[in-house]
Amino acid sequence: MMELEGLQIFWFVTVGFFLTGYAILDGFDLGVGIMHLTLAKTDEERRISMNSIGPLWDGNEVWLVVFGGALFAAFPEAYATSFSTFYLPLILLLFALIFRAVSLEFRSKSKSRLWRGAWDVGFFLASTSAPFIFGVAVGNTIQGIELNERFIYQGGLLDLVNFYSVLVGGLAVAAFAMHGTIFMHLKTTGALQERAHAWMWRTFGGFLVMYLFTTIVTLQTLPHATSNFREYPAAWVVVVLNVLAVANIPRAIHLGRPGYAFASSCATIAALSILFGVAIFPNLVLSTTPETSLTIYNASSSLKTLGLLQIIAFIGAPLVLTYTAIIYWVFRGKVELGENSY
Amino acid sequence: MELDALLLSRFQFAFTIMFHYIFPPLSIGLGVLLVTMEGMYLKTRDPMYEVMARFWTRIFAVNFAMGVASGIVMEFEFGTNWAAYSRYVGDVFGSALAAEGLFAFFLESGFLAVLVFGWDRVSPRMHFFSTLMVSLGSIFSSVWIVIANSWQQTPAGYHIVEGPNGPRAEILDFWQMVFNPSTVDRLTHTLIGAFILGAFFVMSISAFYILRERHLDFAKRSFKIALVLATAASLSALVTGHSNANMVAEHQPAKLAAFEGHFETGDSGATLYLFGWPDVEAQEVKWGVGVPGMLSFLIHEDFDTPVTGLDQIPDDEEPPIVLPFMTYHVMVAFGFLFIGMTLLACFFWWRGTLFEQRWLMRAYVFAVVGPYIANQAGWVSAEVGRQPWVVYGHLRTSDGLSEAVVAEHVLASIILFGLIYMMLFAVWVFVLNSKIQHGPEDGAHVVEGAGAASAGELLRAAGELSDPSKHSLSGLRRAGVEDEQGDDGAMSGEGER
Repeated sequence: MMELEGLQIFWFVTVGFFLTGYAILDGFDLGVGIMHLTLAKTDEERRISMNSIGPLWDGNEVWLVVFGGALFAAFPEAYATSFSTFYLPLILLLFALIFRAVSLEFRSKSKSRLWRGAWDVGFFLASTSAPFIFGVAVGNTIQGIELNERFIYQGGLLDLVNFYSVLVGGLAVAAFAMHGTIFMHLKTTGALQERAHAWMWRTFGGFLVMYLFTTIVTLQTLPHATSNFREYPAAWVVVVLNVLAVANIPRAIHLGRPGYAFASSCATIAALSILFGVAIFPNLVLSTTPETSLTIYNASSSLKTLGLLQIIAFIGAPLVLTYTAIIYWVFRGKVELGENSY
Repeated sequence: MELDALLLSRFQFAFTIMFHYIFPPLSIGLGVLLVTMEGMYLKTRDPMYEVMARFWTRIFAVNFAMGVASGIVMEFEFGTNWAAYSRYVGDVFGSALAAEGLFAFFLESGFLAVLVFGWDRVSPRMHFFSTLMVSLGSIFSSVWIVIANSWQQTPAGYHIVEGPNGPRAEILDFWQMVFNPSTVDRLTHTLIGAFILGAFFVMSISAFYILRERHLDFAKRSFKIALVLATAASLSALVTGHSNANMVAEHQPAKLAAFEGHFETGDSGATLYLFGWPDVEAQEVKWGVGVPGMLSFLIHEDFDTPVTGLDQIPDDEEPPIVLPFMTYHVMVAFGFLFIGMTLLACFFWWRGTLFEQRWLMRAYVFAVVGPYIANQAGWVSAEVGRQPWVVYGHLRTSDGLSEAVVAEHVLASIILFGLIYMMLFAVWVFVLNSKIQHGPEDGAHVVEGAGAASAGELLRAAGELSDPSKHSLSGLRRAGVEDEQGDDGAMSGEGER
């Protein structure tokens, strides 16, 4: 039984790892979309904005696919319950993600200002709604949803839209906006970069407010979300790292080291994602009646399958990390528009 | 009218997966041709191969992005609409899906960026390696998903246990699951279908250029490479198709009976209908032309051995008949058409007059529709023929539905998918058309008429004369050929956005 429990914890961490990877990577390209109208003013700047994520967004979204696949494989009960519970939100998420791809492609097809302006707005809206929906789903998961004894959602669509879930949705948008702005600062030059520099401060401020507010609300209203800190004091390390990462963002901006600022915002998002994991562990989908919560123990695949998955992950993970690194190396540096650029 | 969540969910799944399946077969088929072209370039350093690789890569990229965008939907739908199914198969299905994600998705989408945006950032060898990886990735992807689907058709290597939420399938033997009785037959047939589509696609656009007398050298070479693949694949499809039918006869007799419109088992040989209309009321094939005993011969290698008919299948386990029958026959008919067309083209190639047969070129421009229909029809017959089961013999499709999902929400999602897919399809057609109109960068400026192409050939010849080491596209560009603007896009990559 120990072996099974070990594998269940391993897969809780691994699924979390994919979610974290997705939040960091798609986080900056969604963030570029959130800030698209604010940072990029001229047509050329808008093109630079879209081109900065051109070769990367597709690969980043694969992390979402793999997160979904890993959740399905390791915890099919949790996958089935959460995906059918969040039916319309997830469909809207898919709609937003596909619409983003369409707007990237469509924008250049006509020189008309109205046409391009409309797709710019569409790109912004899709990029903003995707992280918001993610945040709402995460907020509901921390808070708990109403499940019956067969783990089937009993509430309605509107029960998913509540103060706390909307707050977490707002936090996700604020975090990605900051993340994307720092990325833009790294990838651009001239007037666009100067604007990004100014907005790094503003988006950091916005994030800080949302972050503190969400933390206070969580501590005040959701005692179960922090119970793991009493049980596993080591979890405080994450909190300390989180605070350090957040604090390092303004320090790095002030010192004129945007690379460090970006690394810090990556670390901030990772820490938030880990805190989410600590808040729910060992639950995967928390129910309002504790006996019907889906945990890593009652939602997992068999010992045999978890073992197989571990072998697949041990072969696959080094490959994935290697070629992710290769691709980011090949496409390092500033965005340039030209005959042979993207 | 009462909305039915089951019917709507089935419709949505059919709609989204058929839309998705417009794209992956072309990625797989074109991928193989890209590897061939780039490999030829590395070997011969003939700049025309680079021109070819670059042009087809642009087409490939648009198509690939469409496949990714529409593919994410499939993964979500298992959970959103088919939660009960996901609970049932998760333990078995999961490892195949995880393997697909880790081994295939990351590989293809990662290296795709190098493929599209990396021409001037990496060496030709690294670029070739990336092309190889993307092509392999798309094949791996099909391997794992066909394994999972084949397991649903012919489950193996599992047992049914009582899970926390009712019975579910758990894996016993991974390799038995992977190599379940239908995997190999179905995978080879699927891949060959994709190769045919990729090859016909290349031949269609090439034939279009040949008829317009544009990019002639480029078009003729592309056509020939694709023709080799198309001929080999069309002939192989006959072999794998036959093998598939025998496998279905053995493991899913109800499905085969539906394919063939075989109502009565009888006590002698079964008729093979070449075409007709299965009349379920009258339990016979109407207006059919058939070869008596042929079905028995194909399956049992004997004209008189009876073949299991629909009369031996319990009524509540009988699949729909008209749709599998018609789609199956359409697929087979197209299969024979591909063999005929490719052999005919090979004959004229051997005679040295292939590109003078303008009627044949015209036929090839439109023939690309055939593989699209055949691929879709084949899958429709395979999936509808499996009904009423989602996991053959174990889980009914109606028992796989999500309990938490409301019919109105499914209707809303169908409308949303309908909208976004119309846009996506418009993007695809629009971008594809602009890339085809723009043509390859072979030095032949786009001017209507015969002069343009010969100018391109002259330029190429001049390039070869001047310095054999500078056989590159950029060399041609520097030679003063004006580049065209306006070929752009995020998915496709190059130029202005």
